[in-house]
Amino acid sequence: MGLGMTWLVLDRLGLTESGVCIINDVTLKVGAGRTAILGPNGAGKSTLLRLMHGLLRPSDGCQHWPQAFTQGMVFQRPVMLRTTALANVEYGLKLRGVNPHDRRQRAVEALVRVGLPAIADRPARRLSGGEQQRVALARAWALEPQVLFLDEPTASLDPASSREVERIIREIAASGTRIVMTTHNLGQARRIAEEVIFIDSGRVLEQSPVEEFFTRPRHAAAQRFLEEETP
Amino acid sequence: MTSRRSFLAAFYTTLLLVATGTQAQERFITVASTTSTEQSGLFGHLLPAFTKASGIKVRVVALGTGQALDMARRGDADVVFVHDQAAEEKFIVEGYGVKRQEVMYNDFVLIGPKPDPARAAGKDILESLRRIEAAKAPFVSRGDKSGTHAAELRYWKTAGVDLNTRKGLWYRDTGSGMGPALNTAASMNAYILADRGTWLAFKNRGELGIVVEGETRLFNQYGVILVNPARHPHVKQAGGQKFIDWLVSAAGQKMIAEYKIDGEQLFFPNAGR
Amino acid sequence: MGEIATSLVLAGELVATGDERLAAIVMLSLQVSFSATLIACLIGMPLGALLAVGRFPGRRALIVLFNGLMGLPPVVVGLLVYLLLSRAGPLGPFGLLFTPAAMIIAQTVLIVPIVAALARQTIEDEWREYREQLRSLGASRLRSAMTLLWDGRFSLTTSGLAGFGRAIAEVGAVMIVGGNIDGVTRVMTTTIALETSKGDLPLALALGLILIAVVLAVNTAAFVLRQWAEKRWG
Repeated sequence: MGLGMTWLVLDRLGLTESGVCIINDVTLKVGAGRTAILGPNGAGKSTLLRLMHGLLRPSDGCQHWPQAFTQGMVFQRPVMLRTTALANVEYGLKLRGVNPHDRRQRAVEALVRVGLPAIADRPARRLSGGEQQRVALARAWALEPQVLFLDEPTASLDPASSREVERIIREIAASGTRIVMTTHNLGQARRIAEEVIFIDSGRVLEQSPVEEFFTRPRHAAAQRFLEEETP
Repeated sequence: MTSRRSFLAAFYTTLLLVATGTQAQERFITVASTTSTEQSGLFGHLLPAFTKASGIKVRVVALGTGQALDMARRGDADVVFVHDQAAEEKFIVEGYGVKRQEVMYNDFVLIGPKPDPARAAGKDILESLRRIEAAKAPFVSRGDKSGTHAAELRYWKTAGVDLNTRKGLWYRDTGSGMGPALNTAASMNAYILADRGTWLAFKNRGELGIVVEGETRLFNQYGVILVNPARHPHVKQAGGQKFIDWLVSAAGQKMIAEYKIDGEQLFFPNAGR
Repeated sequence: MGEIATSLVLAGELVATGDERLAAIVMLSLQVSFSATLIACLIGMPLGALLAVGRFPGRRALIVLFNGLMGLPPVVVGLLVYLLLSRAGPLGPFGLLFTPAAMIIAQTVLIVPIVAALARQTIEDEWREYREQLRSLGASRLRSAMTLLWDGRFSLTTSGLAGFGRAIAEVGAVMIVGGNIDGVTRVMTTTIALETSKGDLPLALALGLILIAVVLAVNTAAFVLRQWAEKRWG
């Protein structure tokens, strides 16, 4: 379980919204290539992910990126623009100022990698949920981010689509992109991640290599969580 | 996104078409006139003949006399064609108009409900007004500084009725044009002073009929004035003067005399007399 | 009741006989109000998007202002534009008073707040859904506003139609700045007002019915188009 160089440091990070503490004094170093954030419902998984990505501003503490990394994020529910699937993938590249020719080429390549070259010209919003999520992955992947955050990427999908999305996530990771994902599918976490961050009530209670977490969880809450979630 | 580009192209093309469509210019003059001349249909009768003779189109903005004169004061008309001699002369004295020429007259009529509850029918407009006031019978006033309104106020004054002290619920100041005021009078069976032209062309009469007519005091003179180009340099002097000349010419005067509704002559030319 | 029936018959006759003067008046009404709507959309929609997406001091005050201005009295707008375009006014030298252009200007002023306020509402709803995704992709607020305008184009037809409905139905503003000149600035509403003045109530009502029919036709066309587009694009 060789953990790489630390690429993200959270230092006493906290988030309080209208008097409610959602993330509480989180200090951790992320160095793994594939990280899963696990925890019960309402633990603050998605919030922590958004803090890392910069969508939310912490009310306490700070985070530190030793090197400036390009980032991307895929959400539980893909947000598709009312245009073709291809144009949706191109949109992200357009924002980065990629010229029209390269843009088209990279977008097509990304659609091929997620296995959807055939639907390039179809209206994105008319695609199935699974296809939309794959277009969202293509859109993120086309930007070749150094870190990709994924928030419950398969939570609203059927099993077949979930398997396909998992395959794509593993390929993205294999292409050199660091992955941080939240999920409540323990099997998925075990298949994809090399490190687990366990969070409960806004606090990080455990950070372990994946095998260690699933076989010998150190924290009592993590043990309870695994017992409850394992069939 | 080619669809977006074509969408925008269509958008701007439409805009351009719209802009050019409203740019089309032709030779015309603007005449500020009264609702009585417009709504009686006189202009519909006169203007095509003038346009045919001169090649100049006439755009009529129909307002009360007071408003028409104010519009001309702002320089928004080339010619005023109204009926309130005192106001017209004031307009000339202020330097807004070049010269006032008399064109035609019609007459006012006192309109009222046919049963005539105030027993106002007669041959003396002043006596009739006094009776209406005495009976507190409903009376509708234009109240809009129009020529007809000015005439009505003059009659009350001459009749010795001081509206400031006698005005009550019976006197309804509507602040509206001749037509709307007639509509109001028809719906509440009130007396009202109207010009004969608008009355003859008016359709929604209900129970109303003529109560007093044909009296010399009811004479209603129309005058025409060219707006002073020294005051407003953009005034279309040549075209405006042409229109005035035509109105007082034999041809124009003949056309005015020929305009009739149901066989009844509405306006009586009297230019230069 | 009898008068209303008469009006219905009269409206039918006017349409059936293809009255040329009526057709010209209807066309002018449509031309003026479509133009005003178009310009109001060009101004109001980006404005609405910026109000929805932007973060700047005075934003809330502007939102309240535009919501309030939705109820602008047409007569007041008419007077304001009249004073601007009058020969004695600051824009007098252009000679626009009593032209269709003046009516377009007045109606545009009247409906920009309507288009902007309704567009803001629509874009704000979209923004809630898109916000994180657009930020994650690195879109600036300005860029996001542009994207949302394009993406919300079908929903935004509603704000355009609301503006159009208000423009074509109002009489106070066009009467003052257009002057209701026969053959030049006489539109449906000013004709209705004129016929009412003449006491020809059945004709006035018949014209009113035709106006309603025209507005309904425009709305139906827009509705069908939107249905089709939404089915196609989701």
